Amino acid sequence: MPIMEKKCHQCSKPSTLHITELREGGVQELHLCESCAHQYLTEKPSLDESEGLESVANQLAEIATEQDLDALNDLVCPQCGISFHEFRSKGRLGCPHDYIAFEAELTPLLENIHGEIRHTGKFPKRAPQASQHQYRLIRLRNDLRESVENEEYEESARLRDEIQQLEAELTSNETAGDSSEEHESPN
Amino acid sequence: MNPTEPNQPSEGKHLDLEMLTHTSGEWLRGSGPDSDIVISSRIRLARNLAQYPFPNRADEAIHAEIEKFFEDKLKKIEGISPLSYLDISSLEKLDRQFLVERQLISREHCESEGSRGVGISQEENISMMINEEDHLRLQVLRSGFALDECWNEVDSLDDAIEAQVTYAFSEQLGYLTACPTNVGTGVRVSVMLHLPALVITKEIQKVFQALQKINLAVRGLYGEGSQAMGDFYQISNQITLGKSEKQIIAGLKDVVPNIILYERRVRNELVKENQQRLHDQISRAYGILKNAQTISSEETMHLLSSVRMGINLGLIEDLEIPTVNELFIHTQPAHLQKIRKELLESAERNVARASYLRHRLSGGDESFN
Repeated sequence: MPIMEKKCHQCSKPSTLHITELREGGVQELHLCESCAHQYLTEKPSLDESEGLESVANQLAEIATEQDLDALNDLVCPQCGISFHEFRSKGRLGCPHDYIAFEAELTPLLENIHGEIRHTGKFPKRAPQASQHQYRLIRLRNDLRESVENEEYEESARLRDEIQQLEAELTSNETAGDSSEEHESPN
Repeated sequence: MNPTEPNQPSEGKHLDLEMLTHTSGEWLRGSGPDSDIVISSRIRLARNLAQYPFPNRADEAIHAEIEKFFEDKLKKIEGISPLSYLDISSLEKLDRQFLVERQLISREHCESEGSRGVGISQEENISMMINEEDHLRLQVLRSGFALDECWNEVDSLDDAIEAQVTYAFSEQLGYLTACPTNVGTGVRVSVMLHLPALVITKEIQKVFQALQKINLAVRGLYGEGSQAMGDFYQISNQITLGKSEKQIIAGLKDVVPNIILYERRVRNELVKENQQRLHDQISRAYGILKNAQTISSEETMHLLSSVRMGINLGLIEDLEIPTVNELFIHTQPAHLQKIRKELLESAERNVARASYLRHRLSGGDESFN
């Protein structure tokens, strides 16, 4: 028996999207073509439909946005501790690693600002790619800042030692031209 | 009252701000290409160290560490003229404002807090800010329309520094900056233009609109937002990612000549249409500047703009462009007070300004006190 192609609930084009709405009293199934579905999902629907459907759609739209926002705002960079929310309110990122930590969210923003998302200009001549060492250093410095704020002086001293050691390793690795092995720190 | 002690002039290590009041940067000399309309060209690079948080997220200990780090490095940079270092946080407010007027530091750098500094070359062409919005902001400034020369110099400077530090950089996104609006090349290319005729005929709006369409920003130089005291406008790129530095520079190099031609054409039209009225307006402006007993900054800018155009059009013959360029800077609040070596209230400044103008416009030199 041939499957009957459903027509779009709104216009009479073939429906390609099937939306299942949960509402009090049961499940509503909507069959919409792509453009009507887009309209339904993104705008206040001006469909000549029952009031109930419209308000649910609006509520869903609202809830989704808030949840999305909450999830976004909770995103935190593991190295410098800045939250995405702080970035949005200040307009400034906290450290180079944020571009990785917030990659999914920043990409559309960058596209909006620059129209592109890939660098095509100058490259530094040596060691162009940031290493894990460098991100670790940002993390340690963040921890140091907090330990000083909390007056945890022993912890501060320990962190300073670790930072110093890691910096020395980084310098010796760079001068030796090798980013993976450990060497004696020069001088 | 003497506001500041002059910095110790020791073997060029520390910049003597007092000396700066009697000189002017090379970029003011008004000698570069198309310098009737193009005052200066500037290219700025934003760079950050890879292993530190950005300045807005760092505490004072890190700021101090980064400042010291760069202060040491500046001494070892090869191949360019030596830079003198100034610790901004230790300067008096007046001195900081002086540097802003001089275009050597930004207003943000002047007004923020914490350890921060600037390295400046003798000719004031090079300025390197430490701990502004990014760890490092390199700036090269040149007189007239000279973007290629600016780029060559700032590019070499960048290479020389990068030989000694590790920049925050990703293959995908380029140089990583505190604000996403600068990521990628980290480059801000700007040109400062003097456009009095386009302002008179109100055609400046057309220029704004055209520039907006090709993603170039226009900003009035002295004044709020698009209001430009002195009819000076700065045009710069807004996009820093996805184009190469050369492409961004080309974007400006392509459009600025058209603006130059437009301004020149409108100037000629103004002369053709009513030379007498234009000449009168310019002469009156010159007359006020030469004779006023008290004059505000705003009026000074407005009149100097007319006079500057008058010199370009051959309607004023006893005054030179470099002098006028200098007057734009020296009549500003911090400059006036440093020249006079005293702090002055607004009304006193207006009197001092008028006095300084009378002196300079009758042939007196910059060491006026």
